[in-house]
Amino acid sequence: MKMSPLARILLLLTGILAAYQVSSGIDGFDTVPIIAYTIGFGVLLVAGILLIIWGFEVLDSPAVVIISTIIPLSLAAGLVWQNLASLRTSYLILTIGGFLAVTLTRVRPAPGKIPTIVLAIVHGIAGMTIFLLPIVFSIQGNAHPMFSLVGVGGALIGLGGLALSFLKAGKPILSKELILKILPVILFLMTLCFVVGFGYGA
Amino acid sequence: MTIAQSSIVNRQSKIKYYWSLTKPLQSGLLLATGLAGYMSARCPIFSIPTMIGLSISLFLAIAGSTILNMWWDRDIDAKMGRTQKRATSSGLVDENEVLRVGLLLTVIGVGWAVAMDSLYGLVVFAGWFFDVVVYSIWLKRRTCWSIVWGGISGAMPILAGRVLGLGAIDWIGVMLALGVLLWIPTHTLTFSMKFAKDYAAACVPTFPSTYGLEATRATIAISSVLAAIAMIIAGYGIGMEWGFLRLLGVLSGGLLMLAFAITFKPSERVNFGLFKYASVYMLVSMILLSI
Repeated sequence: MKMSPLARILLLLTGILAAYQVSSGIDGFDTVPIIAYTIGFGVLLVAGILLIIWGFEVLDSPAVVIISTIIPLSLAAGLVWQNLASLRTSYLILTIGGFLAVTLTRVRPAPGKIPTIVLAIVHGIAGMTIFLLPIVFSIQGNAHPMFSLVGVGGALIGLGGLALSFLKAGKPILSKELILKILPVILFLMTLCFVVGFGYGA
Repeated sequence: MTIAQSSIVNRQSKIKYYWSLTKPLQSGLLLATGLAGYMSARCPIFSIPTMIGLSISLFLAIAGSTILNMWWDRDIDAKMGRTQKRATSSGLVDENEVLRVGLLLTVIGVGWAVAMDSLYGLVVFAGWFFDVVVYSIWLKRRTCWSIVWGGISGAMPILAGRVLGLGAIDWIGVMLALGVLLWIPTHTLTFSMKFAKDYAAACVPTFPSTYGLEATRATIAISSVLAAIAMIIAGYGIGMEWGFLRLLGVLSGGLLMLAFAITFKPSERVNFGLFKYASVYMLVSMILLSI
């Protein structure tokens, strides 16, 4: 499917927002969150550029599953490091282990539904962390209400990820055309929510 | 149509032809590197009149050398599908006039540069000399290694800009020039792979025709990696803020990923992707150096 000019503009804006976040939006954070967010938003930035260059065909690549895992995992790791001090080390181990598990089950053929189950668990944990943590912290008054936008971004990334996963599995919940049409919108809104949400502090 | 109208149309067509002969996009990107080199110096001077002078002198010198290249290569351009429609190779402009225009732009551009600052003028002239004399006239039809000299020429604008800002050649300027020099094979070698038949028809030796596709891809990958390293070192040397260095690191990571892909999973699409991404990378690097 050919990419529309509007989709290109939205992807460009997504890239600019991600670039802003990498260069300025995470200053003052601890080293580990800076590394985690740099990886997460960095992947988003490079992915946005490559989508503009190659078009939606790039989504057919098997590497997309592995690369798209990096974004939620790194963002979730950064959030936990900043907000749940007692879980820092264990969540970091979970993040690295989860990424390795997804990579290994995709690179080396695993029996049955193991790759799908591993992917669902890893994405599920990371996605729920990004979605719930900021919203719970905002409701509890531990963070600025606008910080909950990070959770909204988490919900959007989850929606986009689900739609793409079903599409790649050959069981699309929406038509391919519609998914590809809304994907740039989701990516842009998601990044916007992250940038504004993180701007109000973790 | 009256004679006056016809004359206006002819003049407009001629301007259009000559404008296309300056390769505006390529010249624009090289000019951007020159401006970034100047702005990277930050101290001791930064002035709008100097920047305007830099822009005009550098653009004229680059445009002059580009036009002279096309004048010299008009016979081989006519044999290649990609270039046979150029105004020089298709006979749309008088070849003697092209030579005169190329020389005139060169003299004005280099002369202006020398008048602004002698060392700056010398670097601009070196870029012109390496491009027109060493690359095009001497080596292009003899060896595939001519692209190294073309690359050195392409690296001169950023060095020239920095020299104008600093008044001297420093290691950061050399590193910036090295970054551009190492980035250029990503472009030229991708072109030589994509248009291999054209170059063969014109009997122009290229890396793919001399060393094969695998070695060419490896060269592209290695030069991309080294270009990224050079740009990061230069950025660090300039005193770029950590945030911008992080961003440069992220973009360099993308370049490394594509270099890895072109080496181990080569395809036309990856080639094209690296080619385009490298342009974006260089443009963003120049913006980051300028901020």
